[in-house]
Amino acid sequence: MTSSSLSDKPVGVIGAGNFGSVIANILALNRRVILYARDEAVVNSILNTRVHRGYPMSHHVEPTSDMAYLASHCDVIFPMVPSAHFREMMKKLSPYLHPYHILIHGTKGFDITLPEGQTIESVSKLTREQVKTMSEVIKEESVVVRVGCLAGPNLAKELAQRQPGATVVASHFNEVIQIGKKLLRNDRFQVYENNDIVGVEIAGVLKNIIAIASGALSGLGYGENAKGLLISRGAVEMVYLGRALGGDLKAFLGVAGIGDLVTTCNSPMSRNFTVGYRLAKGEKLEAILADMTEIAEGVNTVRIAKKCADHYKVRALITDRLYKVLFEGMTVEEALEFLMRYPLNVDIDFL
Amino acid sequence: MEILEEKKNKNKPYKPILDGIPDWPVYQLSKNRKEFVEEVACKSIERIRELRTTRKQLIDELEATVYREQNRIKRNRWRVDPKDDSKFWSDVKKDLIEASTKTDDSDKTLEEILKRIVMRYANEIAGSFKPNSYRVTRELIKFWFARLLNGARVKKFGAFFRNQYTLRDKIQIVGKVKLLRKLAKKGTVVMVPTHFSNLDSILIGWVIHSLGLPAFIYGAGLNLFNIKIFAYFMNSLGAYKVDRRKKNLPYLETLKMYSNLAIQKGAHSIFFPGGTRSRSGLIEKQLKLGLLSTAIEAQRNLYFENPNATEVRKIFIVPVTLNYNFVLEAPDLIEDYLHVKGQDKYFPEQDKYGSMQLLTFLFKFFTKGSNISVSIGSALDVLGNYVDEEGHSIDNQGRLIHTKDYFISSGQISEDKQREDEYTRMLSQKIVSEYHRINRVFASHLAAFVAFEMWQQKFPKLDLFGLLRLPEEDLELDYAEFRDTFKRVRKRIYELNDEGKLYFATHLKGKVDNVLKTGIENVGIFHLKRPLLLNKKGNIITKDLTVLYYYHNRLVGYDLEQFI
Repeated sequence: MTSSSLSDKPVGVIGAGNFGSVIANILALNRRVILYARDEAVVNSILNTRVHRGYPMSHHVEPTSDMAYLASHCDVIFPMVPSAHFREMMKKLSPYLHPYHILIHGTKGFDITLPEGQTIESVSKLTREQVKTMSEVIKEESVVVRVGCLAGPNLAKELAQRQPGATVVASHFNEVIQIGKKLLRNDRFQVYENNDIVGVEIAGVLKNIIAIASGALSGLGYGENAKGLLISRGAVEMVYLGRALGGDLKAFLGVAGIGDLVTTCNSPMSRNFTVGYRLAKGEKLEAILADMTEIAEGVNTVRIAKKCADHYKVRALITDRLYKVLFEGMTVEEALEFLMRYPLNVDIDFL
Repeated sequence: MEILEEKKNKNKPYKPILDGIPDWPVYQLSKNRKEFVEEVACKSIERIRELRTTRKQLIDELEATVYREQNRIKRNRWRVDPKDDSKFWSDVKKDLIEASTKTDDSDKTLEEILKRIVMRYANEIAGSFKPNSYRVTRELIKFWFARLLNGARVKKFGAFFRNQYTLRDKIQIVGKVKLLRKLAKKGTVVMVPTHFSNLDSILIGWVIHSLGLPAFIYGAGLNLFNIKIFAYFMNSLGAYKVDRRKKNLPYLETLKMYSNLAIQKGAHSIFFPGGTRSRSGLIEKQLKLGLLSTAIEAQRNLYFENPNATEVRKIFIVPVTLNYNFVLEAPDLIEDYLHVKGQDKYFPEQDKYGSMQLLTFLFKFFTKGSNISVSIGSALDVLGNYVDEEGHSIDNQGRLIHTKDYFISSGQISEDKQREDEYTRMLSQKIVSEYHRINRVFASHLAAFVAFEMWQQKFPKLDLFGLLRLPEEDLELDYAEFRDTFKRVRKRIYELNDEGKLYFATHLKGKVDNVLKTGIENVGIFHLKRPLLLNKKGNIITKDLTVLYYYHNRLVGYDLEQFI
């Protein structure tokens, strides 16, 4: 049976976006990789040029547009597609999956299932019945149970340049964590362990809200004090919301929580930051979203988190104001003024 | 569908799926009892050595075991405990002290001490199934039950010896009976019933027999063996003993190994995964994972030992709910529960009911109304996937799953304790949700639920304890109001049934006044103080709100509160 041992089998990556491509390259340092791209043209271009989205692609990465091929050759698969397409992708992949597969995803967003014809705004309430993390989607849509997730300060550009960075692999299964570690780790990429997968996923999703707010502060021209304030209060808000949604406090204090939060809030490269920045400069949301090449997960997250906070009666001031800015025409200045005047003076009350 | 099945089951005896008792796995097991106990002990010792690798760890573990055992003997002695208990443990203690002071080559002495302990446990746990005694018990139960039923119900001279009524009229078995019978031939069945009353074990024993299945092995609480009449039944039905006072590692490992090996050898088993009777009357939410994990372990081992076989004996988990109008121990159970909830204190397990009380109860049970129903759930594989009649696991989309694949890592079947712990957790969640799904609502459950919730609503400022302290005279519900609410909640139950989220007994249908009457008459029917009654004005009153709370709990967890 040695022929099928892990060292011989390639590892699968699904989604050839920025993050997916970078992860494929990182994995390729240790293993052969099969990279799935929906678009045949992308597959051909990678094959011919070995360059994708401006990054050179490793020769160990074999692009394909055949999911069945990928699933039958890889025991370990990393799905890296945006949350909006995640369930649809899983439905396609599911027939080829077996309980021996291990899936470790790197998507930072929620999946929501609404009754026909309803929108997030029109449903009476949004609960964990409708709001799922990606690991939950995987388990709902397939027979795979050994599921993990990647989260942390992982800006694709920096990873591609082989700058030092770290990630968390979270799973209920030690086996999954160890395999993830073995596959991802190299001298420039540190991997931490966490067994609260839902907490890590939620932390990764919620930090996008604060990232937009951080962009907005920057856009108004404010400096480091304001940012320090936002990040610390933002972290508290993430803890409140995260707990209501079923995460554990610890995940929020780790690499996937604070780590990722600080990074995205300081990164003009990040998509969510850019949304906030341009909003503060007076641009309209539609216009901003229209000329972005990849999805800014945070915008949708704000809508979902706001509705959930209402239902679970969580005080989430930043999320709430941001919602008003994004969808109800409040200006960033007004939102900020409200927050600065809010009579709230307990620093930390959850420890 | 439901009605059809209920009618079909009525009075239709099932043929035994295996011809003679000698074919039964449980018989094979007890015929080779000595060898089996040896095997259990050997493997348990291996396992304990894996868990406690160093000499120091082993000594610590053994010392803790002796300490706890001596404590148990001092504090909490039972009638079933062997006479030589205190001598045995003080001898062990002596030898242990001697061994731990020696530094050279005393691993052998330690090993020997461990073996003594584990052998003792294995012998204590192991049941002894005796075919003759089983037959006698079975016939005895059938005969006397029939006498009681007919004597009480058919009001004619000589009715005592008629066979017009059988137990089947009293106890309805509904659900996936055919599937269960099929699967019991194909693989090993692990039945996991809810646990409300000490009677459950006997009831389940009868159910298994009347479905034509071979005897199952039980993990029965040792405390039950204190009651002589129970001890007799259980010994003859193939029960093995679980002593919940013993929480030490050697005991727990031996117990799990016993169950694990018995399942691997094909003995159909019953676990009460709630661990103990539900104190609150709620359907179990948290299951004990220890025994459940043995089913998963056994399945993995079967795959492991036959890596190339195309057909490996599969293990099927079958959730079962037992639905009563009346639970004998209810007043004490709920008192325990409230005591703990209120003060967060430990309480020792007590059994106030001796043989006499049980007989009285049985007599009442047969002479008055009040039926019991047993719902057999869909069978699951050890990962909680549904299985079809062929024993194949099926996923949500109707595709075939190979259960073996769950134990494969990098192409090979592997043992991973942590992974299996997680699988056990997943399985237990699935069982809990199946319990809620196959639960069968009686009019009495609904009446209790509605009445209690209405009273709670009438005193919104009181917490549970405040409410329970109210004098019963202050509690009266207007009949018309009660009737309307009852009807509203019943409608919701119909909807839940349509959504496949629960079942209800056929008597719940029909004119609301009649159903209500049945409900009120039957809830906790044999208690001295009745939980629900109608007063002279025709309004609803209670004589015991605490017990009403107990019966009300049966329907908690379906979000019915909002319809009050």
